[in-house]
Amino acid sequence: MYNKSFRGVLIKGNKTYGQITSEILAPQERKAPLWWFVSMGISTLGMLIGIYAIFITISQGIGTWGVNNSIGWGWGIINFVWWIGIGHAGTAFSIFLLILRQKWRTSINRAAEAMTVVAVICAGMFPMLHMGRIWMAFFIFPYPNSRGPLWVNFNSPLFWDVVAISTYFMASATFWYLGMIPDLATVRDRAKSKIKKAIYGLLSFGWVGSARSWLRFETAAIIMGGLTAPLVIAVHSIVSMDFATSVMAGWHTTVFPPYFVIGAIFSGFAMVLTLMIIIRKVFKFQDYVTEGHIDAIGRILTFISLIMGTAYSTEIFIAWYSGMEGELYTFFHNRIAGDHTKAFWTMVSCNAIIPQLFWFKKIRHSMTMVFIISIIINIGMWFERYVIVITSLTKDYLPSNWASYTPTWVEIGIFVGTLSIFVIGVLLFIRYIPMMAMSELKMILKGTSIITNSNKSKDHE
Amino acid sequence: MKKYWKSLEELKDIQAGPETLPEPLPEFSIEGLTEEEVSNKIKSNRRDFLKTLGFSIGLAAAASSCEVPVRKAIPYLNNPEEAKPGMSLHYASTFFDGHDFCPVVVKVREGRPIKVEGNELSHITCGGTSARVQASVLNLYDSARQKHPMKNGEVAGWQQVDDEIMEKLREIAGNEGRIVILSSSVVSPSTLKVFEDFKAKYPTTEVFYYDPVSYSAIRMANKSTFDKPAIPSYRFDKAEVIVGFNCDFLGSWLSPIEFAKQYAKTREIGEDKQTMSKHYQFESYMSLTGSNADKRVAIKPSDEITVMLNLYNKIAEKSDMPLFDAAPSPVNIDEVAEDLFNHQGKSLVVSGTNDIYIQAVVNAINFLLANLGGTYNFERTLNTKKGCDQKMAKLVDDMEAGEINALILYNVNPAYDYFDVQKFTDAVKKVGLTIAISEVNDETARLAEYVCPDHHYLESWNDAEPYTGMFSLSQPTIRSLFETRQGQESLLKWAGLEPNYLEYIKKYWEENLFDKQDQYLTFHDFWIHTLQNGIYELEAETKTCPLYDFEFLGVNANELKPQKPEGLELVLYEKIGIGSGKQANNPWLQELPDPISKAVWDNYVAISPKYARENGLTQEDLVKVNGSFELPILYQPGQPYGTVSIAIGYGRQHGGKVANGLGKNVYAFSKLVNGSRQFNKGSVTLEKTGEKYPIATTQTYHSMEGRPLIRETVLDKWKADPASGNELHAINEKKRVTLYKKPVYEGFHWGLSVDLNKCIGCSACVTACQAENNIAVIGKEEVKNRRIMHWIRIDRYYSTAEPDRQGPEDIHRIEPDNPEVVHQPVMCQHCDNAPCENVCPVAATPHSKEGLNQMAYNRCIGTRYCMNNCPYRVRRFNWYRYVTNDKFDYNFNEELSRMVLNPDVTVRERGVVEKCSFCIQRIQEKKLDAKKEGRLLKDGEIKPACVQSCPTKALVFGDMNNADTMVARDMENPRMYNLLEELHTLASVGYLTKVRNKEAGHEHDDHHA
Repeated sequence: MYNKSFRGVLIKGNKTYGQITSEILAPQERKAPLWWFVSMGISTLGMLIGIYAIFITISQGIGTWGVNNSIGWGWGIINFVWWIGIGHAGTAFSIFLLILRQKWRTSINRAAEAMTVVAVICAGMFPMLHMGRIWMAFFIFPYPNSRGPLWVNFNSPLFWDVVAISTYFMASATFWYLGMIPDLATVRDRAKSKIKKAIYGLLSFGWVGSARSWLRFETAAIIMGGLTAPLVIAVHSIVSMDFATSVMAGWHTTVFPPYFVIGAIFSGFAMVLTLMIIIRKVFKFQDYVTEGHIDAIGRILTFISLIMGTAYSTEIFIAWYSGMEGELYTFFHNRIAGDHTKAFWTMVSCNAIIPQLFWFKKIRHSMTMVFIISIIINIGMWFERYVIVITSLTKDYLPSNWASYTPTWVEIGIFVGTLSIFVIGVLLFIRYIPMMAMSELKMILKGTSIITNSNKSKDHE
Repeated sequence: MKKYWKSLEELKDIQAGPETLPEPLPEFSIEGLTEEEVSNKIKSNRRDFLKTLGFSIGLAAAASSCEVPVRKAIPYLNNPEEAKPGMSLHYASTFFDGHDFCPVVVKVREGRPIKVEGNELSHITCGGTSARVQASVLNLYDSARQKHPMKNGEVAGWQQVDDEIMEKLREIAGNEGRIVILSSSVVSPSTLKVFEDFKAKYPTTEVFYYDPVSYSAIRMANKSTFDKPAIPSYRFDKAEVIVGFNCDFLGSWLSPIEFAKQYAKTREIGEDKQTMSKHYQFESYMSLTGSNADKRVAIKPSDEITVMLNLYNKIAEKSDMPLFDAAPSPVNIDEVAEDLFNHQGKSLVVSGTNDIYIQAVVNAINFLLANLGGTYNFERTLNTKKGCDQKMAKLVDDMEAGEINALILYNVNPAYDYFDVQKFTDAVKKVGLTIAISEVNDETARLAEYVCPDHHYLESWNDAEPYTGMFSLSQPTIRSLFETRQGQESLLKWAGLEPNYLEYIKKYWEENLFDKQDQYLTFHDFWIHTLQNGIYELEAETKTCPLYDFEFLGVNANELKPQKPEGLELVLYEKIGIGSGKQANNPWLQELPDPISKAVWDNYVAISPKYARENGLTQEDLVKVNGSFELPILYQPGQPYGTVSIAIGYGRQHGGKVANGLGKNVYAFSKLVNGSRQFNKGSVTLEKTGEKYPIATTQTYHSMEGRPLIRETVLDKWKADPASGNELHAINEKKRVTLYKKPVYEGFHWGLSVDLNKCIGCSACVTACQAENNIAVIGKEEVKNRRIMHWIRIDRYYSTAEPDRQGPEDIHRIEPDNPEVVHQPVMCQHCDNAPCENVCPVAATPHSKEGLNQMAYNRCIGTRYCMNNCPYRVRRFNWYRYVTNDKFDYNFNEELSRMVLNPDVTVRERGVVEKCSFCIQRIQEKKLDAKKEGRLLKDGEIKPACVQSCPTKALVFGDMNNADTMVARDMENPRMYNLLEELHTLASVGYLTKVRNKEAGHEHDDHHA
């Protein structure tokens, strides 16, 4: 049981059930503020840039990117892995914490899951776009066909990427949506306009809140959580195998699957922090997302950051221990020193060193610092993918093939486009969907947050 | 349920059960289908009908909305007797463009010549080719070719042109006016006779020969010293010590294909041949030949005469011959002199400098060494390179003085490649009648009043006698594409003779050559057989060796003093691809990486890194050369300090859309010195402009980083232990541990071996592969983006004699003054445990039962995962659509030049990965041939394009499963190793270690660290 006296209340302000509903739905029931339209406008512009860059890519070819015969993958794959990492947050948050019965997740999981869904959409675009013949992309699905029949190569991690990501996307989207049904019903019930009522009515599947519904709902949530949890591990493990199963020095590493999964959760949690700090500030949700929440995430990040540091050192140690020319060169002449020194040390400092500041309570409680570090972590995680993809490819086995890589505006444009799509997704989310799982908050409210005298005396006993 | 019955009969039926119900007969029977199926099939109702209707309409709409380009395939109305669609025909012919010579076999598909191979029957080239020969087929389909006769830049008819020219020639001849035929070197005896007949008609005619890259000093020196104004045969294959002075005999000098073949013979080692030639090279730029030398010494061009005289004196001292005054040599030559003296009669000294005195000293050395009659002999003399620089200069003077009344420019382009273009251009204007017989409306043809377009050699009849007594024939392989006429026929026409050159050649051969043989009884037989073989070789006449006349050098002792020019000394050189610039409009050659610098699409100022650094010049700095034009700087290790080298052949103005404007024309730096045109007497000043000009190179790192990629040893060590230098192979073999079964191949198991000792890096294979496999040209920008499409590339690494393991070194950091160079051809290694195959998500690159790593272009979706996972980086991606794309306006963008495409090889779409297939189309063709003939495949029968083109036979292809094949023996050779064998890719390409003929202990030994 949650021990309020020991851990403090989860939701501050001694809220009533009604208060929770009205406070959380307040932003949506108000008119959209000016900043919402401005951000929407800017990100639409960004999305248009992205769409134009995608148009150029598809109409002219991958030649418009900076990749070449030696460096076959560039920003496309870096951004893919980065987004997938961010896309780990929601599910990791809701599902792991759900399974671990961590009640503090309830004020954050909705937003984290929404972020996941949008991030996975952004991520999923890259493997498609980086294909030379996107119009033949359906070849990657194993479906009965008249070509032999010709099946896909089940040995290839790239195929399992497709399987894992599509499964993960569907599972997270379903989980997210399932959890929203009671809240959507609340919105429906409070809606004043007929259209809104009809739309939310449709979306909430006629939820009436009967005891039987609740029972089923909770069971379904647990089952979905149980099913999705292994997916979180699987997705990034498989993504890591894109690299780990290859022969390239710096890629051919058995530590990759755990290292990637942890890295993904790291970046995901950081992104959640970024987002939640903005949301709680803008919508004055400080009572729901308390300093305690931020503090908890901070503690988790400190731990993950240590794991990241361990992973980096393991890689370097193994490279040295292998005694292999290529490995030694990649790590000692192309990462720690050499052309990509800046990227490498940015990665190390952003991921393994700076987050260690979270050891200090003062920093964990300073929202500005937490916000900055959360962004630094995501920059660091981007550089981690950059270091992995680019350094191994630029200087590989035969020096005659050594080349350099610079992205073109098209690649940058697509990245800007996905960032914008992400922002648009978040903006739509905060406008049209209850930002926090009201039903779940209400569920835990009694046990964790309502301070009554009787409760107090009970705790003392 | 209760059943009611309507009649007694029905009651009976019900009681008997359903079995007795009469079987409904199908309305019609369909064989092979069960009844149920039939009944289902014939059952159709309104719904099905509507469904089918709707679906068909939808499908038809979808299908018709896709734009399918209409392509016309026109069948033969009258099928030519020999032509079978889908089968290629081969015709023996001869490539000669006035510069390079090569007997060839032309592959013709459906009436289109698509590939040129060397003629293996020729004793000159033995089937070898060069990149320029390989690329010559593309010139046939060049849109820059002149398509019809012209008068004053206007299209005119042949009739009109002929009438006017003949009228004018008659008039000029009538007035005793001088008529001049200015021709490139002619090796065709029939053409020479055409000139004679022309002269007979117009007696005031004179014939002048002009070579942009002249060798006239050799003829002059031989006249003065041996009394033989000819170019001898050089026999590198008989030489045990070879000394070259500024002589790129493997790449561009005189007859490089022949010399490369001869040279490789001396470099071949094996159980039964334990000796190898020793090659010294003294040179002023890093040439292909120098890169292969056992000992290369960088000297300034002005020092060449000094070094050579010292060498002469050293040898002369030992043989009590006259000595000449010489300044002390700037480099140590004791070892060379000793070696040469010890190999009398089995050595050869050559110089590429077109200077009479230098050539005279070369002759003296060869004479002292008793090489005459052996490695240096006049039994057969070379008939190419007839140009005489002095005569040419005199002609231009005469033209300027208005003394020439008619000028027929035959296959020459002095308005581009003469050293004083302005003078020539002005002089031409003073000639009354100017006629250009030219394939292209080039810089010179534009000056002429009449342009009479010539056939391409693949459209022509011709004969050739490159060496005395060695004949070959050219025959047309396609009807002339344009309204062109063979130059000889034009001349015959103007001479009032029957313009039928074929009959003319036949007549010449019947009169002059038929009698010299006794194999064939009738001329018809003789002709048909010779035409089929393409070559006809007479026994060489044994001639007495001439004696050297020391008087010449004695008289001219003053001329033997070195003349040091002011400033940086300049060397002009020919690039392997572009040569003199005649084929500059050939995109294959423009995109052929220079074997040394690996640069494409440009010429540049190659400079010693040390000198450049001291003078604040960095790579790609644009510098003003002599204040007149701007070229970028390229760091070239091996370039002597205080000298620069620039390639000729660039800076064309009217060469065609590919050539125009690329690089700068530096012919103006050549000078007429000592009666011959010299390419290394110039000097330049460089002035920094502060701008950068990017050079596209296919390789930007030049050191092996101490990795055992190219394994080498020295001759003595190899003799003691054939596996020397290759110790790692045994270690790697021992370490080979795997959980998987080694793949077993029951039929064939194709393999390729590369003898690094024989590969000279000439890059003929690269162009051959490009021609065979329809490889796209992508242009400078894309090469700079490191996206070249070549399926085979030649990696070139520099190394220093001292172990140098200072960490990352690239050309900016490693500055060896005189590095050793290695060339390594790398193509798909067809790994039996291929990293690329496992990772393809759609299984587009499977492994064949014969050990080939295949690409299914139709299946490829372009994830490029295979490219990333190929440790050899031999996979190529179609980054753009390279076919019919105006952004890539090369040979794939024109209907005309697409005629060169090989129909056996798919043209790849945008977005798919491609790579070397070991020429699977050729494997298949030969397998089918053998099957049809009911026999086993012969070893060496299948030759991938690279193997076939190789002049040195460094590449060997065959079945590794059969222990008797050459490739299987190579794979067992202790010198054999696989590239990156430690990755356990089980490559099917084996490399044989490079063995240098130098003292042990000097070789860098960075593999074992």
